[in-house]
Amino acid sequence: MSWIGDNLGLIWEQLREHLYLAILPVILGLIISVPLGYVATRYAWLANPLIAFGGILYSLPSIALFIVIPAVLGTKVLSTVNIIVALTIYTVSLLIRNVIDGLRSVPPDVRQSAIAVGYGALHRVVAVDLPIAVPVIFTGLRVVTVANISMVSVGAVIGIGGLGELFTLGFQKDFLTPVVVGVVLSLALALIADVILVTLQRILTPWARVATPVAEVA
Amino acid sequence: MIEFEDVTKRYPDGTVAVDKLSLRIPSNQITVFVGPSGCGKTTSLRMINRTIERTSGTISIDGDDINSHDAVTLRRGIGYVIQNAGLFPHKTVVENVATVPKLIGWDKRKAHGTAMELLERVGLDVKLAERYPAQLSGGQQQRVGVARALAADPAIMLMDEPFSAVDPIVRHQLQEELLRLQRDIGKTIVFVTHDIDEAIKLGDNVAVLRVGGKLAQFAPPAELLANPADDFVRGFVGQDRGYRALTFVHPDELPVKPLPDELALQDGVPVGWRNGSEELLPLGAVFKRGDSLRAALDAVLTSPTGCGVCVDDNGKAVGVIDQSTVAEALRS
Repeated sequence: MSWIGDNLGLIWEQLREHLYLAILPVILGLIISVPLGYVATRYAWLANPLIAFGGILYSLPSIALFIVIPAVLGTKVLSTVNIIVALTIYTVSLLIRNVIDGLRSVPPDVRQSAIAVGYGALHRVVAVDLPIAVPVIFTGLRVVTVANISMVSVGAVIGIGGLGELFTLGFQKDFLTPVVVGVVLSLALALIADVILVTLQRILTPWARVATPVAEVA
Repeated sequence: MIEFEDVTKRYPDGTVAVDKLSLRIPSNQITVFVGPSGCGKTTSLRMINRTIERTSGTISIDGDDINSHDAVTLRRGIGYVIQNAGLFPHKTVVENVATVPKLIGWDKRKAHGTAMELLERVGLDVKLAERYPAQLSGGQQQRVGVARALAADPAIMLMDEPFSAVDPIVRHQLQEELLRLQRDIGKTIVFVTHDIDEAIKLGDNVAVLRVGGKLAQFAPPAELLANPADDFVRGFVGQDRGYRALTFVHPDELPVKPLPDELALQDGVPVGWRNGSEELLPLGAVFKRGDSLRAALDAVLTSPTGCGVCVDDNGKAVGVIDQSTVAEALRS
């Protein structure tokens, strides 16, 4: 226990790094996936290849990616950029399917009337299509956020891993406390992030949880 | 006036949805496009607001080619009601109705104020304004759809099978209300339906289209029933067109006979027929002075005594008619 007290600074530092490494890729991935998904619904032939390609990307082992990226980007092996790029790739590969499915979930008569009342193409996407896609997109966001939080720890193998570095520390010193602290904190992080996302979704989509219609005549 | 001149829609696969359609849709009236599926009625309607672009021919509104402005601006000036209403599920009722006013730049307060007025106008409880579409019945959603189409006070309203997904009772109410509303607002309404009865009931003019997108006949409903242009129209308007044509016969004054003793009244309002026993026989349908001959005949046919009861605006009985009265009115 005294180890925790003595190393609060270190733990806090790793926690912050962990959060940063996990969340920034989610944000970047979302920014990339939404326009990409929109293009895929405009040009329908693109959708399935994109989803399939995302599936392949996601199946790449993360360690391989952490090592290959510096070679491709010319970044230092110990740069956090590597982790961020790798996790952004994972995020996009997962989220693209949800963005496409979400945009496809807009009922045809809603889309038809959005066009007919005079929304321009881009305005329609922002004001009608995306809001309706939010529940489906958020399902993906929740999965990818939790996945990223757990995947950051793998980066510890190459020296940057947020709370994962507590694992390496523990193994090196054959000492369990840092490992337990790391596990508990990353679990807590994942849980809190999920609660925040669920709350955010509820705030964004009050319409999605209204009661079914009351039976009334016309 | 909306004018179609040699308008054709051919799809890339070669299907011709609309074939050289030429017709004039008069302003401030209801014009109904009716026909079997595949006759191009919806395609024709959607070409007016350019949600479907025609292949050739011209469409003009009051002499102005619809292609002389950009499509988005054109659409904001044309109301649009679709089957199932097509309401935005993520917007409240009042936000849905205020859509077009906001798109054309009204401030939120004015847009919402107008939206509230329109909700009342289409017969909706304003308490529903803050609900979401999923919380409304089909009939209520359809009313919101009509209010949304009218919000920016467009001269033209397009209605694409708006009432075909609701049950017959609600459909009847919505039709009556559309007619009542139209008496106030006098819009140029183009209405698409596959239901000839709906076309005859609502239309000032009816365009009957045949499969392949050709115009078979364009006429007021009474004319359509009396003189179908060909076998297709005759078949489409149905077997009992003679009876339905009575809808358009409004005898000035049917000579009514005095109320018979058998008619049971309560404060002057007819409630049933006496036949000697405790129980009254059911009254049957009644008709009002000025109603069509179809309503009068219906009263005769549904009455257990063969006497149709005529009532005044307060529902009080003023007299009765029988089959011979109707027959006499038909002969004259």
